[in-house]
Amino acid sequence: MEKDMSYKGVMGRSNEIMKNALGIDYSRFEGEGLTFDYEKMMVETGYTLEEMIDIQRSVGVGNTPVLELKNLTALARKYAPEGKGARIFLKDEASNPSGSFKARRAANAVYHAKKNGFKGVIAATSGNYGAAVASQAAMQGLKCIIVQECYDSKGHGQPEIVEKARKCEAYGAEVVQLSVGPELFYTFLKLLEETGYFNASLYTPFGIAGVETLGWELANQVKDMTGKYPETVVCTNAGGGNLTGTARGLRKIGAVDTKVVGASVNLKGLHMASDTQFNKKSFTTGHTGFGIPFCTWPDRSDVPRSAARPLRYMDRYVTVNQGEVFYMTEALAQLEGLERGPAGNTSLAAAFSLAQEMNEDEIIVVQETEYTGAGKHIGPQLSFARENGINIHFGNPAEEIPGESIVLPEDPRLIKTVDLDMDKIRRSLIKNALATVSEVSGRDIEFLAEDTGSNEEFVMEVIESLK
Amino acid sequence: MLARKGDWVKIYNIVLTSEERAPQVPEDTSKVPLEMWVKGFITEDGKVGERVEVETVTGRRVAGELVEVEPCYDHSFGKNIPEILEIGKQLRGILFGGDC
Repeated sequence: MEKDMSYKGVMGRSNEIMKNALGIDYSRFEGEGLTFDYEKMMVETGYTLEEMIDIQRSVGVGNTPVLELKNLTALARKYAPEGKGARIFLKDEASNPSGSFKARRAANAVYHAKKNGFKGVIAATSGNYGAAVASQAAMQGLKCIIVQECYDSKGHGQPEIVEKARKCEAYGAEVVQLSVGPELFYTFLKLLEETGYFNASLYTPFGIAGVETLGWELANQVKDMTGKYPETVVCTNAGGGNLTGTARGLRKIGAVDTKVVGASVNLKGLHMASDTQFNKKSFTTGHTGFGIPFCTWPDRSDVPRSAARPLRYMDRYVTVNQGEVFYMTEALAQLEGLERGPAGNTSLAAAFSLAQEMNEDEIIVVQETEYTGAGKHIGPQLSFARENGINIHFGNPAEEIPGESIVLPEDPRLIKTVDLDMDKIRRSLIKNALATVSEVSGRDIEFLAEDTGSNEEFVMEVIESLK
Repeated sequence: MLARKGDWVKIYNIVLTSEERAPQVPEDTSKVPLEMWVKGFITEDGKVGERVEVETVTGRRVAGELVEVEPCYDHSFGKNIPEILEIGKQLRGILFGGDC
């Protein structure tokens, strides 16, 4: 019988296609009701930290430098109260083969695919991960297809995404480009079925575990340089894997007192699947359009159970504005001699503000950078924004309206993170979870407490309030 | 424009018409089709606008409308953004007092 290739037909086979494309039977980790055994999933299908370090070292991934940003620290101290202004450090992940920390995730995923006899890998991503998978596939001798959401219905593409396509092709990957829409997943599934390649999803246990080395390394390096683990690590947050993996790595080395802060670019009001709003945003990742939905419902990803579960590890979640990140990207180049980003500098903009709340003898680490170049640079991104009618000007970034304006701080003192209400985000996850079951057991409550990084009293309170 | 067999080309397909789009897409997106572009080596001579077949770098055979022969990238560093020049000047002034 001919396979049903319609949207409904292919989506209906999603579980079966995924099982073949991942080699993981997720049902083994499922428990009753809402529950599943997260740690068992991470242990049985992931790799140990030592194995991951070995895999990554064998393909030139990781071991990136940690740099102290002395000039940016001095600048932050100009605006901090007496005795405040933590030392700002940065983990230069742009030094990875593909130019970002995503190489860590890709190294493990591609290694796993090869070990299990897959001939190729497919990833659905418009971002640095595509380049990372393509680079690793080239290194490890597998074929590679990257599926990306690239253009609006007028055929205009974000310069940053177009650059990613170029980079993927440079590594010998096939790039399938699509217009805006969540049905990218449909094309993705069809390709997995057609080719029998491995789904190098961002959200598998090996992908997330690949980032554990980042947390482990940075804690180790900062301790070597300063004699102690950092007080705070800031992670740019989108799908949650960066934060989850880094936090797990910090715990594994014993840096249990280090606070993990998520930072996203505020894109409030812009719909990520909107054709007309697609090119109104100047960040294609690291923004709240991914950050909030993935925090409040991690299992929306392209695998049955996401290994990226940021609420389990996040101590605080802050936003910064587009103008602030662009400004800090330029500041990093002009004051530290490092041309990086921009999206990866989301956590840098946040750290600049957060450092001013911390004591002078404390340490805050910006845990990633990414490569920059034509298309993927503040110049073309601001140029593209201006062409799309976005009002770019100096002023107070707090007045920026995503999709309408980009407000560059007229003075660095105006760079201020905005805290998101963690309990509100936790509540939202609980509400989303409850919508999938008819009744809730004690085990479910225990699971939700873990999954939201809260406690059972909090979960029960939320459940009561939702009745 | 003519493409000779073996030329590097870009083809185009409509994956889902606006009527076939997923129910959850926003209204503006539901009014337009889901489109797809793939590049590869054309398997027979063809003209822009014609339906042709390509072999991609992974060896897949994909059919679609020929839209570009020898596609290339022209993304750049964009136009001059005067505000960027201001940032460096300001920061160096604050930190080094105009001596740098």
